[in-house]
Amino acid sequence: MTRYVLRRVLLGAVQVLLVMTAVFFLTEALPGDAAVTIAGDNPDPAIIALLREQLGLNEPAWQRLGTWLLGAVQGDFGRSLVGPRAVADIIGSAVGPTLLLAGLTLVLLVPLSVTLGMLAAHREGGLVDRLITSGTLGLYSAPEFAMGVLVVTVFAVQLRWFPPTAVGTTSLLSNPAVLVLPVFVLLLRPICSLSRLVRAGMLDAQRAEYVRHVRRLGLAPARVRFAHALPNAIAPAVQQLARTTDWLVGGVIVIEAIFVVPGLGTTLLEAVSARDLPVIQGLAVLLASTTVLVNLAADIAARTLAPASEVGR
Amino acid sequence: MHHESRPARGLNRRGLLGLAAAAGALVVLPGCTGGTAVTAAGPPRPGGRLRAAFTGGGAAEVLDPHETDLYIEIARAKALFDKLADYGSDMSPQPRLAQRWEPSQDLLTWRITLRQAAFHDGRPVRPRDVLASYARIVEPGSSRRAKATLSVIDLPGSREIDDRTFEFRLKRPYAEFPNALATLGAYIVPEGTANFDRPVGSGPFRFVSFAPGRNFVAARNPDYWDGAPHLDELEIVVTNDEAARVNALLGKQIEYAHDLTPTSARTHENTGQVQVHRLPLSNFHGLVMKTDRPPFDRPELRQAMFHLVNRDELVRSVLQGSGQLANDLYGKGYRYYADALPQRAQDLDQARALIKQAGAEGLSIDLDTSDGSTGLKEAALAISDQARQAGLNLNVKLGNKDTYWSDIAKNGVIASYRSGAMPLESHISQRLLTTSTTNNSKWQRPEFDALYHEAQSTTDDARREQLYFQMQDQLYREGGFLWWGVSDWIIASAPNVGGIDDRAPANTLDWARYDRVWLA
Repeated sequence: MTRYVLRRVLLGAVQVLLVMTAVFFLTEALPGDAAVTIAGDNPDPAIIALLREQLGLNEPAWQRLGTWLLGAVQGDFGRSLVGPRAVADIIGSAVGPTLLLAGLTLVLLVPLSVTLGMLAAHREGGLVDRLITSGTLGLYSAPEFAMGVLVVTVFAVQLRWFPPTAVGTTSLLSNPAVLVLPVFVLLLRPICSLSRLVRAGMLDAQRAEYVRHVRRLGLAPARVRFAHALPNAIAPAVQQLARTTDWLVGGVIVIEAIFVVPGLGTTLLEAVSARDLPVIQGLAVLLASTTVLVNLAADIAARTLAPASEVGR
Repeated sequence: MHHESRPARGLNRRGLLGLAAAAGALVVLPGCTGGTAVTAAGPPRPGGRLRAAFTGGGAAEVLDPHETDLYIEIARAKALFDKLADYGSDMSPQPRLAQRWEPSQDLLTWRITLRQAAFHDGRPVRPRDVLASYARIVEPGSSRRAKATLSVIDLPGSREIDDRTFEFRLKRPYAEFPNALATLGAYIVPEGTANFDRPVGSGPFRFVSFAPGRNFVAARNPDYWDGAPHLDELEIVVTNDEAARVNALLGKQIEYAHDLTPTSARTHENTGQVQVHRLPLSNFHGLVMKTDRPPFDRPELRQAMFHLVNRDELVRSVLQGSGQLANDLYGKGYRYYADALPQRAQDLDQARALIKQAGAEGLSIDLDTSDGSTGLKEAALAISDQARQAGLNLNVKLGNKDTYWSDIAKNGVIASYRSGAMPLESHISQRLLTTSTTNNSKWQRPEFDALYHEAQSTTDDARREQLYFQMQDQLYREGGFLWWGVSDWIIASAPNVGGIDDRAPANTLDWARYDRVWLA
């Protein structure tokens, strides 16, 4: 197990480094450059040349990559091209809201989807199963964008139960009402996919030889379900959860836009439109590391839950 | 959804250069600020906090008023700071911190008398603060917006006379020098200021707090020289998504939403839940033709374009009815605008004849456009259809929106164009002189330059008006710009907000002028 973990950590580090290099060259290939964007519709060649000089855009790409990688390893992601702030500072202030949204969603997501999945699996083909299955399938096919607009129109603008946006809220926690609708919309789709995976896993497990075996041994049905079937059933769900986490931390760009949450997604969009390369690169590193970490954790968890299965090799 | 809101920010950035402005009513007198809409808000009432939502610039936003670029930055800067002058709704300069200005006979020396005003920390505003602020703007290596305009001043040659008066020495005669005092970003900060973490200005509001890309709070400055604001507090928040701004307004989370689409405006205009303000003459839309290269080096072909464009149709479809016709000239409704020239209308026969004269029958020409700002592409497609009726093939070529403005500056022959508002003088000096840096129509005429320079070196207003007419007449007949329409800038407010001027668009004095606004 220790060797497995070590190997995975090392692999993760290499993955992050590769992503960093790839991101550097991909942003390099983006059309337009910061100098032209900053100059706006006053494309005075002298101003653009001056900006390019100030922004260091004239140095060769490999040289900038080297400088950047060296700094990044030490936690220094450089300075924003379009403002006076450090990239780490910009990202740092945007991490909070996104983490809060993602964390709350995850905390609610796991019990809700496991419960739904188990309920549906309890009697395959029954009324509850059919209700849950068709409901989750329907919801899953609605894009968050549409759900967001719908939810705001109904629950915020018409019924006035919750605030429509988080606009002007300096701390999301000080005004928890603004979190209700975004978390609700964020939950809708992952609940569907996860509960369906739990349901499928439970059904498989209940049919599996080892569960039939413990049942024959006379264990109580509840105990069979929770202690024996469930751990195996949720192993694939754990990996889906890892993917959901990436998606959440990735800013859930649409949700942040609809609800005016100043998180990582908003920051990323702004950085892209301003051609603020250091911020884009810093965010890419953060997201890549999160993905690697979360998947590592999921693989290890899956291996612990179901050592015999093939997951996570 | 969010993606769709991004171009709006680009538009803002660009719109800026030009200070969107309006001068809807042609009768606005300089200094008159009475354009306030009659609202349900009743008479002015003190107190309350107004929350205003703008498109933001994210973590890169700064409070340095010399670095203002986005509308939100300008709105904040004008709450905290003052300029010597600002643009009225007809783009004429209005005195602000400068109580008056008097040029010398040769227009090379301008004596400025400052108003009795104080910074928020109690220090008076002195000539040396003005000189230091301008020196900071033009310092070597800076790319601050106002730098080009203010570089007409010979700062070392300028001098302080007493605590309230000083003289600017200019490098060349410049009759409309007050335009420079009103230019974007020419704010007055206390001498020696280099850090704007807790800015001190002389404006109607005092700084309270600021989180870049999120919100900004300022409190009433009871000692403001122009009268204390009605509001206790002003909060400016960031909402990049237009639908979110509307929702926040409907949900009573904000009281003022900047920059709405015509569609939203129509949807909510008559519901009684919001007031919609259409600030006219804010954004000019047109085509730019390069006059120095084939085929548009033939004046006949440019005239053919003037005749083949159906301006009504463009205003209806591209501006979605939220705008009006222009007459191929920039600056409708502004000071010195040549409104005596007849309004052009589509005349396909004339256009065909001119195309023939120019030897351009059946010619295929690339028309550059992009998604760089709203309407550029739609206008290009519509004009291409209209040109086909006159026998001219304009192939719409969609360019990269991020490099569009620099691409069309160098390349191509005809392109979609837009501009925010600026005085006629700035439009000419920035775009139409042989030495202009953004001369995208490549209009380089020594005799035209001479008219401009004469206008700037005469002290006779009537003569200057005449010269402006001559310049515009020339542009109207054979210029490289075809301005077909001018659109409104749309903002919305809660029904209980009073004091919003419906004639003053973005960046003019009475736009986003929260010291005149009250909450009922």
